[in-house]
Parts: sequence; structure tokens; C-alpha cells
Amino acid sequence: MSTTTQPVGAPPSPAPPSAAPARASSQGGRRRRGGPGGRALGLGVVGLWLSLMVLLPLAALTVRSFDDGLSGFWAAVTAPAALAALEVTLGVSVVVALVNAVMGTLVAWVLVRDEFPGQRVVNALIDLPFALPTIVASIVLLSLYGPNSPIGVHLNATRWGLGVALAFVTLPFVVRSVQPVLIELDREVEEAAASLGASNTTIFRRVVLPSLAPAVISGTGLAFARAVGEYGSVVLIGGNIPRETQVVSQYIQQQIEIDSPAAAAAVSVALLSVSFLTLFVLRVWATLSQRREASTA
Amino acid sequence: MITVTDARKTYGDFVALDDVSLEIPAGSLTALLGPSGSGKSTLLRSIAGLEDLDGGNVRIDGEDVTHQPPQHRGIGFVFQHYAAFKHMTVRDNVAFGLTIRRRPKAEVARKVDDLLEIVGLDGFQHRYPAQLSGGQRQRMALARALAVDPQVLLLDEPFGALDAKVRADLRRWLRRLHDEVHVTTVLVTHDQEEALDVADRIAVLNKGRIEQVGDPVSLYERPENDFVMSFLGAVSRLGDRLVRPHDIVLERDHATAASRQAAEGAVGPLVAARVDRVVRLGFEVRIELTADDGERFVAQVTRAEAERRRYTAGEDVVAWALRSEEPVGAGPVA
Ligand SMILES: Nc1ncnc2c1ncn2[C@@H]1O[C@H](COP(=O)(O)OP(=O)(O)O)[C@@H](O)[C@H]1O
Repeated sequence: MSTTTQPVGAPPSPAPPSAAPARASSQGGRRRRGGPGGRALGLGVVGLWLSLMVLLPLAALTVRSFDDGLSGFWAAVTAPAALAALEVTLGVSVVVALVNAVMGTLVAWVLVRDEFPGQRVVNALIDLPFALPTIVASIVLLSLYGPNSPIGVHLNATRWGLGVALAFVTLPFVVRSVQPVLIELDREVEEAAASLGASNTTIFRRVVLPSLAPAVISGTGLAFARAVGEYGSVVLIGGNIPRETQVVSQYIQQQIEIDSPAAAAAVSVALLSVSFLTLFVLRVWATLSQRREASTA
Repeated sequence: MITVTDARKTYGDFVALDDVSLEIPAGSLTALLGPSGSGKSTLLRSIAGLEDLDGGNVRIDGEDVTHQPPQHRGIGFVFQHYAAFKHMTVRDNVAFGLTIRRRPKAEVARKVDDLLEIVGLDGFQHRYPAQLSGGQRQRMALARALAVDPQVLLLDEPFGALDAKVRADLRRWLRRLHDEVHVTTVLVTHDQEEALDVADRIAVLNKGRIEQVGDPVSLYERPENDFVMSFLGAVSRLGDRLVRPHDIVLERDHATAASRQAAEGAVGPLVAARVDRVVRLGFEVRIELTADDGERFVAQVTRAEAERRRYTAGEDVVAWALRSEEPVGAGPVA
């Protein structure tokens, strides 16, 4: 059949298949590339900027954390209070991130697919946790759930309190990463599934969710990383009770206050490693699940 | 058989379907043909249950499905932009309708293999849609729709996103497929050539109404009004009538024209005109003329005819039409 002789490397849908898509796109790529001089300059600026902003401070921190040698580093990280703080932080952050994955996706869904009065306002409100100084969030939460709670809910100095504070500041991440993907989602794909007999839940599970997965994963990763490093919003409502609600950031501050900066640095490095590893793994996962759709090999 | 009765669909003040009634015989390949915005897709999507009608009803094989969701209508639907499940392989795409029905694995595998062979995609089982050309994606979409043994197959501009060569190949292939499978098929297109080429019945739509329904030949040769006439092929205005350019005969003088017209038993005006230009298009020759009254029109003759007569620009001729006895419109159009 003559139509099977079509070139196989078609561009990702819904771009129309041109006669020679591969050639067209490689030409486009060539045109976009700058000269060798421009490229080197760009790389240099970016390299310098990233070094100043990220790599140097990280290096300084890492060096500082080994001030007392390897054994000192190990002792600082495995101190019972430090381990407890790490455990509280990571535990609550994982739960908050997972809750975000579900609720954030749901919020994004409702904002994109449903129509209700005040939709624009709600949409704008989602970003509030980004705009608000986190200490303000802490005050708000404390006055709502603290000892004088007007609604009779007392979360002060509990892990629930921590969770609520972290969920508040991390709310936008999943919503904002899923929303654009949902808007771009081809409704005809869902209609096709419906015409083939799929129920709404089947359509969501088998067709919609796989397309959203990369966005959900990366949003959840960002929410997790933010929760792990959060300080301001948990300062007041968390209670800072060692081994109960003290999070790593508070433990680090405590170490600084008792003048043990090497221990502070050591725990920071440990926290950093966990966050980085998590983000890295999630990124690889998201990329893998995305690559299948876009692959042209 | 699909029976649509008084289907009505409005978007605000806009009437997309204006009490449309249409009967689509079992086993036919019917084209819904009309200009963009005429309501073809709306009608097709209403048959599928992807749009809710504001009035009227739809029956498929006698069963009233007006209030059934698409899941329960026994349809297969193919979209212009393929609507492929991008995260699934070709095999999983085609198998989708069967796996969600929890059919036995062996049966699914057999059926998918058969379908992939029919649509010429065997060997592509493990590819993802992004690794297929547009034509291949659309054939995958067809296999996916056929996998659930639909009572009716609905195609919404299925070749609209493909380039001309692939489009022509694919529609002939669809025609052959239909001759084998015989599933009642409805195809939406705005391309009259496509409709004439592939369909055994055509319904011409215009502004949410059906203008005429019939087989391709009768629609082309006996259009019931000016709209159908113009939409189904090129037309020239000769005097007060619309005629097909290839029905126009050019003579050197009035007397010859009148006697030949009488000999052919044709009626209609004899129009004096001047040849503006002679364009050779492969085996056909297009002659552009200006009539005495200033009306420009086009005649189409075969190459042999053109060589015999040797038309040249600037020459005065008298034009008449072989076929203009059919009533075209309600009298002369200003
Ligand atoms: N969801 C919608 N909202 C408003 N108008 C619509 C909608 N869908 C279709 N229409 C209008 O209905 C008319 C018919 O559309 P359609 O059936 O897609 O036409 P066709 O398929 O013949 O091009 C068009 O003018 C279009 O603008």
C-alpha cells in the first residue's frame, strides 16, 4: 500500500504531517543556533551566575560542615535531636506532598473544567501563599487554630499544625503545574475513549491521568522540597518542641544560637542531599513518562 | 440504519441544526457535505452523542438513542486530529475498547492483530503514536474504532489534516475497506471531490439545513438548487442559467450554434462571447470568456476538441450548453 511508505518521523501531533518533517525541523534547529562566539558568551554568563548564586554557597556550606572532620559531621547528623528533626520534617513533608498531589490535581481540575461564580477570584487566590510572607501565614493559622481558636480547633504545637501550615504554603505548586497541561489537553481524546465505551472514571484513570502524571509528579516534587525547607510558616504554629514538632530548619537555627555552626552546616547538608535526591528522582521519572509520548526515534 | 428526525441544535441565537431530518441506510457510506460552519460536525456529533440535541431524536437500528451517552450507542468515532492515546502503543490504542470490556487476552490479541493487518499497520504494534505519520495515525484510529464492532462508524473530516496525496490514497482505501466490512458509515467533509469519490450517498448541508440527499451522480447531474449545483462542482453562468463548464459548447457563429443545439435537443440561451484566454491543463483545456453582457465565464473542453477548433484569444464565439434543461434555481438570479 502506497501510504505505508510515508516518512515515519512525523512531528508530535497535532502538527500536520509535512512531506519531510525531519528535514524541516532540523533546518529550524540550525537557524536558531547562534554563532560559536555568542554561545560561549551565553554559557560563560550562565556558568558564572550559577556559580555565584548556587555552587559557591553550597561548596562553602559543605566545607563548613566538615569543620570538625568526618566524625564530627557524622556525630552532628546522627545526634538524636537532629535525627528526630529530620524524621519529623521528612515525614510531614511526604504526607503534605502526597495530599497536595491529590488535592492540587482536584483543584486544578475544577478550575479548568468547571464553571462557577467567583472562579477568577479563586484562581487568583491560589497564588496567595506565594505572595504572603510566610510568617503572616503562621500568624493567620495561629489565630485560627491556636489556643484561642474561634472555631474550637486546636492544632497549636502538633504535627497536624505543622501539616496544615506546610499544606498552605505548598498549595500552589501542584495546581499551577497541572493547570496548563489540563488546559492544553485534547478533549477529543476523552471523547474518543467515551465513544469506545469507557466510563468517566476509566477515562480519567486510563487516559487523562497518564497525560497529567509528569506535571503532577514535578509539582509534587516542588511542594515536597519547599515543605522540607520551610521555616516561617511553622515558626509560630509548630511549637518547636524537640522530637515532637521541631523541624530541621528550627533545629539548625537552634544550633546556630548555641554557637555550633559546624553542626548546623552538617544537618543542612544532610537535608539538602535528601531534597536534591528526591527532586532528581522525580525529575527522571517525569521525564521518562513524558518521553514515551514525544519520542520520535 | 440511522434515522435523525427534526434534529435541532442552537448555540445562543445561532441555529447550528435547523430541524434536520435524515435517513442513513444500513451498510451505506454516506457523506455529509457542506461548507465550513454548515452544521455537518454538529450533526455527526449529535448522532454520536457527543452533543446533546435541543430537539428531535436520533435512532440507530430502530433504537431511540437520543438520550443515551456515547458509551452506549454502539458507535465508532474517528476525529480529524486522530485523538490518539499518546501514552499507549499502537497495539494498546487499538485494544482499548476491548480491554476496558475485559475481553479475554487471547481474543483481544487476535482481534488487534487482524485489525492492524487490515489497516496496514502490522509491524507497528509497539510504536507510540508520535512515531507514526499522520496517515498511519488515522489508520490506527480507524482500527481502534472498528475494534469494538460498532453498528455505525462516524468519521469527522478524517482526512482533513493530511496532505493531498495521502488524503486521496486514504479515502480510496476507506472505500475498499467499506466494501469489505459493510459497516454503516457517515463521513463529514467539506471537500466535494472527496464526497463524490468515496460516498455512495451524499447529504448536502447549508446553514444548518439539508439541501439535498442523493447518490453522487444524481446530485451532480440533477442538483435541486443553485447551492447544490455550485457546491458539487465548478459552474459557469450562461445567460440566466448555471451550467457545468464541461457542458458548454462553443461555435463560431449563431446559426451553427442554433442548429447544433436543436440537433442535440438542448434548450437554453445562446450567448455571444469573446475568448479571453486559453489554458491547457493536462488533458483538459480551460477557455475563459467574456459574454456580451460583460459576464465572465469558463468553458472546459477536451484537448482533442480544442485542437480541432483551435480557439484563440480575442476570437468571437457563440456558447450554448449541452445540459441546461434541468431547472436551476427558481428562475434567473440577479
Ligand atoms: N460549542 C459551540 N459553541 C458555539 N458555537 C458552536 C459550537 N460548536 C459549533 N458551533 C457553531 O455551529 C456552527 C456549525 O458548526 P459545525 O457543525 O462544526 O460546522 P461544520 O462541521 O459544518 O464546519 C458553526 O458556525 C460553529 O461556529
